[in-house]
Amino acid sequence: MRAGKDRLLGEVTGGYTSDLLSDVIAHSHKGNIWITIQNHPNIVAVATMKELAGIILTGGREPDADTVQKAEEEGIPILVSPLFTFELVGRLYQIGISGMSPC
Amino acid sequence: MLRTFRADLHIHSCLSPCGDEEMRPRTIVTQALAMGLDMIAICDHNSAENIAAFMSAGSEKGLTVLPGMEVTSKEEIHLIALFDRREDCMALQDLTYQNLPGENVEEVFGCQTIVNERDETIGINRRMLIGATLLPLEQIVSTIASLGGVTIASHIDRQAFSLLGQLGFIPEGISLDGLEISSRTSKEEAQKRFHSYQRFSFVRFSDAHHLEDIGKNITHFLLAETTSEEVKMALHHQEGRRVVE
Repeated sequence: MRAGKDRLLGEVTGGYTSDLLSDVIAHSHKGNIWITIQNHPNIVAVATMKELAGIILTGGREPDADTVQKAEEEGIPILVSPLFTFELVGRLYQIGISGMSPC
Repeated sequence: MLRTFRADLHIHSCLSPCGDEEMRPRTIVTQALAMGLDMIAICDHNSAENIAAFMSAGSEKGLTVLPGMEVTSKEEIHLIALFDRREDCMALQDLTYQNLPGENVEEVFGCQTIVNERDETIGINRRMLIGATLLPLEQIVSTIASLGGVTIASHIDRQAFSLLGQLGFIPEGISLDGLEISSRTSKEEAQKRFHSYQRFSFVRFSDAHHLEDIGKNITHFLLAETTSEEVKMALHHQEGRRVVE
């Protein structure tokens, strides 16, 4: 847990995984948890714009200091995981988070 | 006659969503001259709509302002394009606009202000300039080359939006003219880290988004005059032109 503690209990509608911001903008949905290796401040802007539930950085990557600051301002939860993306997504899928859009 | 020119060829104006609102023509030209620069280039994200204003503000004060852009490829790689003629830069802007989806969300990404040479606001750009184009890296590089421009891969020492950060290597046969090193990495560190890319010239520019950053990271070029054509010759060590270490 690196930022956005207050919003951590928000509902997660599904998941999306990509390291290209343009792809996330195009295909993620409101309430999705986003799994990525990008750790620069622009990820917070994308999550804010798409109203995502939060961001998980994989492979032990830490968010930049200005990313944390921006995430606190915008109320976007950022978590970090030592697992690589493939493994983390597999585990999230097993606990019931799907990548399929509900609509 | 060749002489050394001090150049900061990567500066954002208030048109870039992330560029400070005070980054306007007269203000930037005054600051650049105060920092002792001989030439600058304005490289906004995926747009060149402030170029004409900056070029006239520069010529009023005797500062060379090259028309430029920082284009985002579909791989989310930033590329600096520099030209001598505004028309060539606008041709690149046309191609960019045809391949740039989305609308800006001002509250999230920032304001995209179009100005005149007197620093006055004359419009707002509504495109999502911070976004990526649908153009592959190779197509952007070859387009810039065919327009007679200079292509420099932006801030290769950074993870975000850089050629090495996104691809991890420099593809064979790509006609880049140089590699930019940001202020975060020292010259010595860059020589070590990017030793395997020594076939390219390294340049240092500020990538200024705020006034106080202009001229903080610059490159000295040995040139006959302050044109992008001369810069290109320097990057390829032609006819005595070169980057001064």
